[in-house]
Formats: sequence, structure tokens, C-alpha cells
Amino acid sequence: MEYLNKKKKHLLTGVSILVLLFHIIPFYIMATTALKAKGDFSSKWVFPKELNFQNFSEAWQTANLGPSFINTLIITGCSAVLLIFFGSMAAYPMARRKTTLNKIFYFVFIAIMIIPPLTALVPLYKMVVNIGMMNTYEVAILNNVAAFMPLTIFLYAGFIRSTIPKELEEAAKIDGASTLGTFFRIVFPLLKPVTASVLIIACVFIWNDYQFAIFFLQDKSMHTVTVSLASFFGQNQNHLNLVAAAAILAMLPMTILFLFLQKYFIAGLSSGSVKG
Amino acid sequence: MSEIVTETEYTVTKKPRKLKVKKQTSLWWMYLPSFAVVFLFILYPFFNGIQLSFTNWNGFSQEYDHVGFDQYKRLFADPTTWLVVKNTLLYGIGSTILQNVLGLLYALLLNQSIKMKAVTRTVIYLPVIISPLIMGYIWYFFFSFQGGALNDALQFFGLEKINVLGNPEFNTWIIVFVNTYQYVGIAMIIYLAGLQSISKDFYEAAQIDGASSLQQFKNITLPLLMPSITINMVLNIIGGLKLFDVIIALTGGGPGNASQSMSTFMYDLYFKRQDAGYAATQGVFMAIIILVISLAALVYFKRKEIEA
Repeated sequence: MEYLNKKKKHLLTGVSILVLLFHIIPFYIMATTALKAKGDFSSKWVFPKELNFQNFSEAWQTANLGPSFINTLIITGCSAVLLIFFGSMAAYPMARRKTTLNKIFYFVFIAIMIIPPLTALVPLYKMVVNIGMMNTYEVAILNNVAAFMPLTIFLYAGFIRSTIPKELEEAAKIDGASTLGTFFRIVFPLLKPVTASVLIIACVFIWNDYQFAIFFLQDKSMHTVTVSLASFFGQNQNHLNLVAAAAILAMLPMTILFLFLQKYFIAGLSSGSVKG
Repeated sequence: MSEIVTETEYTVTKKPRKLKVKKQTSLWWMYLPSFAVVFLFILYPFFNGIQLSFTNWNGFSQEYDHVGFDQYKRLFADPTTWLVVKNTLLYGIGSTILQNVLGLLYALLLNQSIKMKAVTRTVIYLPVIISPLIMGYIWYFFFSFQGGALNDALQFFGLEKINVLGNPEFNTWIIVFVNTYQYVGIAMIIYLAGLQSISKDFYEAAQIDGASSLQQFKNITLPLLMPSITINMVLNIIGGLKLFDVIIALTGGGPGNASQSMSTFMYDLYFKRQDAGYAATQGVFMAIIILVISLAALVYFKRKEIEA
């Protein structure tokens, strides 16, 4: 019995190593492509004879990555702050006061989760042009806030309903604290775990957003990382080495963050999806 | 916590008249800012889109005519609509099936006490946080006709080069594959969490009764995993039906319209063909399809959950 178990364990380890290798292939191909000199047309499976880092500096300079990182950071950061602030505030009455009005609004927010905002691309674009918000941070931020608000409210409402004791708020009420005061001084600090999840979900998806960004941030000075990368790809289709280097640079910040905060990323993203 | 309590005692003695709690109000003003943003950027455009779908607007001029149901007649008569719907369903349903089957297998495998478990999980999960556009480019290096890794390998074995991305017969499947590769990690993690919540007692009891591993899987694991299956199914269907970035990166929707999804087709109609009224019609149609399929999936799997 013991022997069989050991044999089974070796077999499963073998299978999981195969799975591991299979999942590493695209990253390996990307790395070898990025590290080869421009004229090197050897197979992508072959490791470069000498490591060439010039592609990275060239890609950094020509792909507009520096300014794009700053734009993406501003958009992601502001969207996350607004989502957390207004989303938690919105979820509170829906979790606590079961009035008809609140039920209707909760239902509206949740129903919006299913329809992708981009089905309304044409009128949205028309509206943004009409109110003169093209190529502004505001449009990207507000679009992303609107897109992720339903999920944010859903997560906060569920958390408040299931884990925050009502007694604390009642005590504060009796003391004469205002509703907003009660919420921000007493409830909000207790929402830390779900705030972390919202922060992670929002940051991952808004950082990676491409759809809103190509529609509404067409001016080069407003490009986000994904948009810069896409236009760089368009210009350098014959220099895949450069594109690969740019892609590595573009995915680096999130990857490094993920490797350090893995536990939180997985908990955040899966709790969001489990409840969403 | 003690801080709050002391503060409480202090204020209670100071303002005893507030002890009477007012009748509950909706506090609707607390969600006013959120609703304003959602209304302005989702609901209003959505209803405005229904209105635009009855026009022949070209996307930039100030004038356009109301053409009644013409755009809808056009939509149903347009063979591209059905090709695009077919592709969208393939992206939605195909990647859902693949992600769930693979995700469950990975979870079962990586739930065992084997070596390198943590590293393997990390590598499978990593693509989840990478932009789908970048993921598309990464696989482009693999699949591209000129100098792609796949063709390098084929040539090494003396085989003919193939143009997978340019082949309308199966480039849609490549897109399904790439989407699966990217998001199988989420399915795996949700199944792992589900597996870990099943009590070991069930398996011990089953072993005493002499149940085989397969019987245990069918009668214990699968029914108790039903909630995880629901979440994964619904999540992956919604994600797959709105696929956009990966398609742009891999094929751009081509050749022709062969790998176009409803989102990329709508984008093309508006920005490349100045056919905004028709794009709005496609948008309305897309919203209806996604809504119907997602709700059907949700209801279907929820019902299964109760039976189990």
C-alpha cells in the first residue's frame, strides 16, 4: 500500500511538472524573442547565444512607455479611490435599510453587472465627444468607476450584511453621531478585508484596460500602457524582438507586484469572483 | 474597540435626548454619487443606444434620419451578423467548457501533496493579472506565420509551415485556447477553495463502504462542488462573450470577418466603416444575447445546485 502510494505520488508529480512546462512555454518564447538581437532569426525555441538587452532600452524610448505608465497609474489610482469611497458609502444603506427604494436600486446596480458597458459604445462615444471629455483623465476614470461600481457595491453590501455587527452603529447613533460620521468613523475601518479585495480587483482590471482607453484616449500624450503597446505593435510588426521587449516591460510592474503579494491577489480576485 | 466604548459612555451622559432612534429612512443620498456615475456612463448611453439603433447616423455628422426598423432588418439579413454571433458563442461557451474542465483537473491535481505544487499554481495563475492584450501578443510570438515558435518547431521536424492565425477554419479556436490559458487560473483557484471546504469525513466514510475513487468523485466531490461550478460557469460565460483585446492582438478580427466577435465587429462598424447607427443596433443585439445567455446559465446552474 505504502509503495503504491509513493508510485502514485511520483506519477502525479510528473504530470504536474508537464503542466508547469506547458504553462511556461509562452513566457519562455517571449523572453528568447526579446533577448535576441534584431538580425538574429534563429528559432524562438533556441536560447540566445548572448543576451541582448538593447531591445529593452530601445523599446522603452520608442514605445512611449514612461509617460504611459504615469497615465495608467493616475487613472488606476483615482478610479480605485473613488470606487472605494463612493462604493462603500453606497453599499451601506442597501445592506442595512431594507426599504423598497433601496431594494430597487440594489437590483438595478446588480443587473448592470451582466451587461458589458461597451454594448453602449456608440452613444457613449457620442456623449463623451459632445461634453468635450475626449482625451481626458476624467473620462477614463469615470468610465472605469461606472463599470466596476456594481461589483464594488455587491462586495461591500455582502460584507456589511454578513460581518459587521449592527450594535456598533446603533451605539454611535444613540451618541448622536450623524449617519456619515457613523459610517466613516465606525463602519468603514471595519471593512478593511473587503476593501483590499476591491482594491485588487479594480487595480488589476483598470490597469489592464484596453477597450475604454482606445476609444477615449486617442491622443498620444494620453495613451495608457496597453494603448502604447498596441500602437507600437502596429509600427513594428517586423521587429517582434522589440515588441516582445516592450511587452515584457509593460507587464513587469503587475508581475512583480503579484509575485510579492501573491496571497492577497489570489484571495482578492477569487473572493471577488466567488461573490460576483 | 475600547476607545469607542469610552467615547460612547461619555457622549451618552452628555446628550440623553438622542436616545430615541428615529424611524428608518432609505438614506438614498448615500448612493446618489455612485448612481449618478453609473447612470451617466452606462444607463443613459444604453437607452440612448436603443434610440440610435433606429437611425442611420454615420458617427460624426450632426444630422441623421430615423429609419425605423431598417437597421434591424439589415442586422437579421446580414450574414456577417450570424458569423459574428456564432464566433461570440464559441468564445463564450467554448472557453467556458475548456476552462472548467481544465481548471477542475488542475485543482484536483494540485490539491495533492506533491512537489513543486506552489510554483505550478503560481505559473498557472500568473496570466490572470496580465493584460489580455499583452497575453494576445505573447501568443502571437508563438503562432505567427513568419518566425513564430510553432512554425519553427514544425520546420525542425521537417513539416510544412502553417498559418494558423490567418486560417478562418480554426483561428477562432486559437482565440478560445488563448482565453482559456489566461483565465484557467481563476477557475482552478475557485475549485481549489471548493475542494478544501469539503470535509474529509465524507471520503473516510466512503472508503469504509468500499467506494472507488471514481465513485467518490461522482457522489461526493462533484455534488459538493456545485456552487463553485455555478460561479465558474457564469463568470466564464460572461467573460468569453465580451472577448475583445485578445482578438485584436491575435487576428484583428480577420481574415475578413472570420474571427470577429460582437464587440470587435461593433468597433469596426463604428470606427472603421462610419456606420454608427448600425453599430448601435449591433450593440443592442449584443446586450440582449449576453443578458439572455448569462441569465439562462445562472438559473440553470442554480437549480442544479439545489438538487445536489
